[in-house]
Amino acid sequence: MAGWFILPATALLLVFFCYPLGNIIWRSFTDPSTGFGNYTKLLHDGVSVTVLTRTLITGLIVAACTLVIAYPYAYAMTRVSPRARNLMTVVVLLPFWTSMMARNFAWYMLEQRGGLIDDAFSAVGIHGVVLLGTVSGVAVAMVQVMLPFMVLPLYSGMDGIDKRLLDAATSLGAPRWRAFARVYLPLSIPAVLSGFTLVFILTLGFYVTPALLGSPQQSLVPQLIATRVSDLLDFGGAGALGSVLLVVTLLALFVVSRFANLSSTTEKAVTNE
Amino acid sequence: MSESTPALKTANTAGPGMRVRRDGGLGWGLKAMVGLVGLILVAPTAVVIPMSFSGGATFQFPPENWSLRWYESFFTSERWMRSLLTSVQIGLLVAVTTTILGVAAAFGLNRTRFRGRGAIRSLMLAPLIVPSIVVAVAIYGVFLKWHLNGTPIGFVTAHTIMALPFVITVMATSLAGYDRTLDTAAATLGATPLKTFFRITVPLVAPGVMSGFVFAFVMSLDEVVVALFLQTPDIQTLPVQMYNSITLEVDPTIAAASSLMVVVTSFVLLMPQFVRRKRSTS
Repeated sequence: MAGWFILPATALLLVFFCYPLGNIIWRSFTDPSTGFGNYTKLLHDGVSVTVLTRTLITGLIVAACTLVIAYPYAYAMTRVSPRARNLMTVVVLLPFWTSMMARNFAWYMLEQRGGLIDDAFSAVGIHGVVLLGTVSGVAVAMVQVMLPFMVLPLYSGMDGIDKRLLDAATSLGAPRWRAFARVYLPLSIPAVLSGFTLVFILTLGFYVTPALLGSPQQSLVPQLIATRVSDLLDFGGAGALGSVLLVVTLLALFVVSRFANLSSTTEKAVTNE
Repeated sequence: MSESTPALKTANTAGPGMRVRRDGGLGWGLKAMVGLVGLILVAPTAVVIPMSFSGGATFQFPPENWSLRWYESFFTSERWMRSLLTSVQIGLLVAVTTTILGVAAAFGLNRTRFRGRGAIRSLMLAPLIVPSIVVAVAIYGVFLKWHLNGTPIGFVTAHTIMALPFVITVMATSLAGYDRTLDTAAATLGATPLKTFFRITVPLVAPGVMSGFVFAFVMSLDEVVVALFLQTPDIQTLPVQMYNSITLEVDPTIAAASSLMVVVTSFVLLMPQFVRRKRSTS
């Protein structure tokens, strides 16, 4: 009997989520004419391929940077007292709570000419570090928002590693760094891969951050999709770009599903208030 | 802390042997790194609030003098007030519809076993995975045909779709910890199914339902991408008005709006925690 409770939500999703998605994919093959026209145009319009490559590279760089700074943080979380760990969890979830527009506005102020970042670099003699309007500026803001998605899977992976293995390695004569590199690091690889893929996937879909902090000259795929639709009403072309984005996302998701599932990370982020 | 995180739970109850090397294990390098990451995480929130008290008419930070003029501008501007009202109305409607649909769906998924259950579950979580720009453009495309653009119903349905995964995830966690022998116990003690539902089920799932409601509200209140496409001059949500105030005009009223958003969302998100704590102490 309880099975019927699923129906309303399923129906809503079918009509207002699946149908629109199917429709836009359909239009990428039929609008304005039937065939692969929109896809071959992507290859030859001289913009799309560049933008797509830039988006993928940005995603990889953001995922790598997030990993590098999240790894020690997550490691520290496994070593501190429960009270300190609770504080660290709250801090890491901050970007999750902070309103998206407020956060982007804050980065806008920090990254502009004469903003705090520019001033800080000027103080040590490096002038003209204006991140606003560059892909780097976009990447910095993305890294901040993506930190929870990296720290949480890393922490849960690392928490399952038996710390006595490190003691065993050092007692057998390995220096601490080697014990870390040969024992701890390999054991944390599954968590690293799942965090990395997750951040990469999510980064591909960012629209507001590049639209506010980036520039049209160095746009990313979501910006291109938005312009196609709002300026040109070119649903076919936007659909083709969207489909490419979707395929990349699903491929990456397939990879990540071999290590961990997305829902468990969301669950943690959502329930870890 | 939430009670639903097994990893933290085991760590919290780890024996005294584990605690010997707790803080002492962190070297200076690691401590500095943790501090740096903490700074990156806190920076945006820390910047927004002082900015809202700026006396200047630019986005200059730190402000040179202080005033309340941007709060005054926010609360006296018809456009800002209207967008705030629109957002709150849409948010509340979204929270209600999403909670009803999501709680029902989570119950159905939890209490039945059928073929294709996994597929339905994935469908329910899909709006989380599909890039929001693709969802926005897809919905915009069909809403143009269905004349739902710039209508309250359009906003509410679109946001409900996007908030469903959150409610379902929260509810799934809550139901996973539900011990169904309690229902049986109530029945053997003579409770009618209706009584069991109100005296056992409702109190047990109430915290999950409340978190789901709050998440759905905050998600809708904060959503920009879909709202940007569905906006018309007549109906704009607060985040869209904020977006336009950066891109179209340099209007520092956004600083006041941002601070209010930060304070309100933190408050709303913390509410279920306070209620829960109060209940457990009383």
